[in-house]
Amino acid sequence: MVAPHGVTGMLGEDGIHVDMQHLKSGEVNLGTSIMAINFKDGVILGADSRTTTGAYIANRVTDKLTQVHDTIWCCRSGSAADTQAVADIVSYHLNMYGVTNNEAPSTQVAASLFQELCYENKDALSAGIIIAGYDPRHGGQVYSIPLGGSLHKQSFAIGGSGSTYIYGYTDAHWREQMTEQEGIDFVRSALQEAIKWDGSSGGVIRLVVLTKKGAVRHLYLPDNGYTGPGVTN
Amino acid sequence: MTSIGTGYDLSNSVFSPDGRNFQVEYAVKAVENGGTAVGIRCKDGVVLAVEKIITSKLLKPGANKRIATVDRHVGIVSAGLVPDGRHFVSRARDEASSWRGVYKGPIPTSALANRLGGYVQAYTLYSSVRPFGTTAIVAGWDSEAELAVDGQVGTGPSSGSGGKVEGAKGGGPGLYMIEPSGLYWVSSTSASASSPIYHPNPTILPGGYYGAATGKGRQAAKAELEKLDLSSGNLSLADGVKEAARIIYVAHEDSKDKEFELEMSWISSVDGPTKGRHEEVPKELREEAEKAAKRALEGEDEEEEEKMEE
Amino acid sequence: MNHFPEAWGRPRDDVYGAYDHSYLQTTGPKAHTSSPAVTGTSVLGVKFNGGVVLATDNLASYGSLARFTDVKRLRVFGSNAIVGFGGDVSDMQYIDRLLESIDIRENYSHHGNMLNAKNLHTYLSKVFYKRRSEFNPLWNHILVAGYDGEGEPFLSSADLLGTTFSAPHLATGFGAHLAVPILRRLFPEEMPLEEVSKEAAIEALKQCLKVLYYRDARSMDKYSIAVITKEGIDIKENEVIEGTELGFC
Repeated sequence: MVAPHGVTGMLGEDGIHVDMQHLKSGEVNLGTSIMAINFKDGVILGADSRTTTGAYIANRVTDKLTQVHDTIWCCRSGSAADTQAVADIVSYHLNMYGVTNNEAPSTQVAASLFQELCYENKDALSAGIIIAGYDPRHGGQVYSIPLGGSLHKQSFAIGGSGSTYIYGYTDAHWREQMTEQEGIDFVRSALQEAIKWDGSSGGVIRLVVLTKKGAVRHLYLPDNGYTGPGVTN
Repeated sequence: MTSIGTGYDLSNSVFSPDGRNFQVEYAVKAVENGGTAVGIRCKDGVVLAVEKIITSKLLKPGANKRIATVDRHVGIVSAGLVPDGRHFVSRARDEASSWRGVYKGPIPTSALANRLGGYVQAYTLYSSVRPFGTTAIVAGWDSEAELAVDGQVGTGPSSGSGGKVEGAKGGGPGLYMIEPSGLYWVSSTSASASSPIYHPNPTILPGGYYGAATGKGRQAAKAELEKLDLSSGNLSLADGVKEAARIIYVAHEDSKDKEFELEMSWISSVDGPTKGRHEEVPKELREEAEKAAKRALEGEDEEEEEKMEE
Repeated sequence: MNHFPEAWGRPRDDVYGAYDHSYLQTTGPKAHTSSPAVTGTSVLGVKFNGGVVLATDNLASYGSLARFTDVKRLRVFGSNAIVGFGGDVSDMQYIDRLLESIDIRENYSHHGNMLNAKNLHTYLSKVFYKRRSEFNPLWNHILVAGYDGEGEPFLSSADLLGTTFSAPHLATGFGAHLAVPILRRLFPEEMPLEEVSKEAAIEALKQCLKVLYYRDARSMDKYSIAVITKEGIDIKENEVIEGTELGFC
């Protein structure tokens, strides 16, 4: 369907916005499974690695976890182009914040910048972003910015097309103050389910663990049932 | 070297051969004629006080406030040309509001002082403008509580965020003084962009001055401020209010002939009397502090008289 | 009125038929958001002798998905007014920040005269009307509660078009269909406000919330309730609807 000028987004039969119809034709879509959680020592971000144009997998090893400051990262879903542009702009502003204020920006600052961009440009953007960050004063924090550009502080957040399949799983298995290993297992098994049921999600599982020790990347491959290799940096 | 007749004092954008900007120095003179203003940084808050000289009996008592509120958590008092001070406050409010527009939260006092310092400095550079005839004292309390994003919904984990470092608090009192040259002092900053270092005790977190004074009675006021041993961080806000009142009365001694009104405001910690907001000191408290100030002054006089008798 | 926020402000399909997109120009004025994304459902309000009570549930839906279950849609303004928001959550947050900036400006001077709920309602209705006239509406339907200039209890609604309405009891969204008839029965027109007690008003809203929970597919059982009296604002944000009767089946 060719959308007439000015028509942005459509409602599916169930009333949910269908991302694909919001995209410009031929655009690369992050039909995705992303999530971020709070745990005892900080936050964990996780994502699959599939990027699609329609049914074709344009990239099977995408990195959807994007660093915008030392210990502030985001998970991107929606249009790859839009979310990359937004993350680049936020990254620039956070860098400037650090330099001009002689103080590392807080996760709140990052979330505010993301929200301002997503809200003010909601007509042009198709971006669903989860922000997770760690600082010693506030600890780990997770914020979610869905399509309209509202900002939600959450104990854990899930997003992307694959997330609809794991609302039940994550809600039933969620516990506060998990250990790092429990947190990793929670994210990994949730994303494994999302990948299993969502055709637009797949490939490897990437994780980032943010604590007072900094950012640590993990990788889990489908070859061994997403059990390893684990830490990659 | 005198500036008169040399021509080097006629324009802002012209240095004198020995490297002075006379327009700025004249602006300082305007400040030195203004009523005394002081700021005291206490362990649990900041106090501002100003000696408001009554220029006419026709002015309504208590009206024409000289201390202004900027955002919720910052107050500004200035000595010197009152209209210049008002413009300065207006700029401060714009800066605070623009910060909120971008970052959805209160501007840190140090960031506000930095922006205002830059603004005032720009008025020393161009021949088309004159410098500010004011020295402003900027006082604020950066919330030590966890900050929410303005308009945010949702709360995060009920057990609190994971990985908070014990004692890694932020916020605390800030006191800055911005002079006509744009000069202001900020002590070593709390953290660097690449390696955040958080101060375990916000009450001794460096934030400009421990005590600041400007205006006509600044010398006497500074001498009194130095006696308070503010750097140890022991003075409470309640005592700070009393000291501020006393210092304004002491500083007023030299120009006793003129009547004045004492105007005071304060900003406490989030769990203190003003809940982190900049507010006028309640009337009863102020009057009590004024009474104590008068008593202290009379006491001093009596002591001197006694000594004379011996 | 249709209770789907997505349909607010649009010509009704049952009257005018579905919109024919082929009529849309391919060039022309900029089109803005024509549907909300994350939405809250009904807001309920009742005036009583000496004050007002306001209630909403804590759900923010994403289409039919119950996406966020901890969204507080009653926002306090100053010390004597509350705004209850239905409709788009991002626009609610925008208005919340707008109100915060007004509150800050109001407190620059120490005169102590704050905007009352009536002033606030007038202001917000004009914000809504301005935005709809720019063809970029703020997708909300709100209730404003507090006191008017005479110190009398105040309750009014404003919607995304700038339409305003006032009554002793009001409800937006699905509540306009299901809660208002209940409230009219409990507090008939001829009943003077002096005879409506605070307790009766709270009890009525709890009853309405329960009916809405039974029949509104975009509602949930966790809710917020705010009581405004001369003593101040008493707001509870984590209440649960109790005594739902489904055992008969």
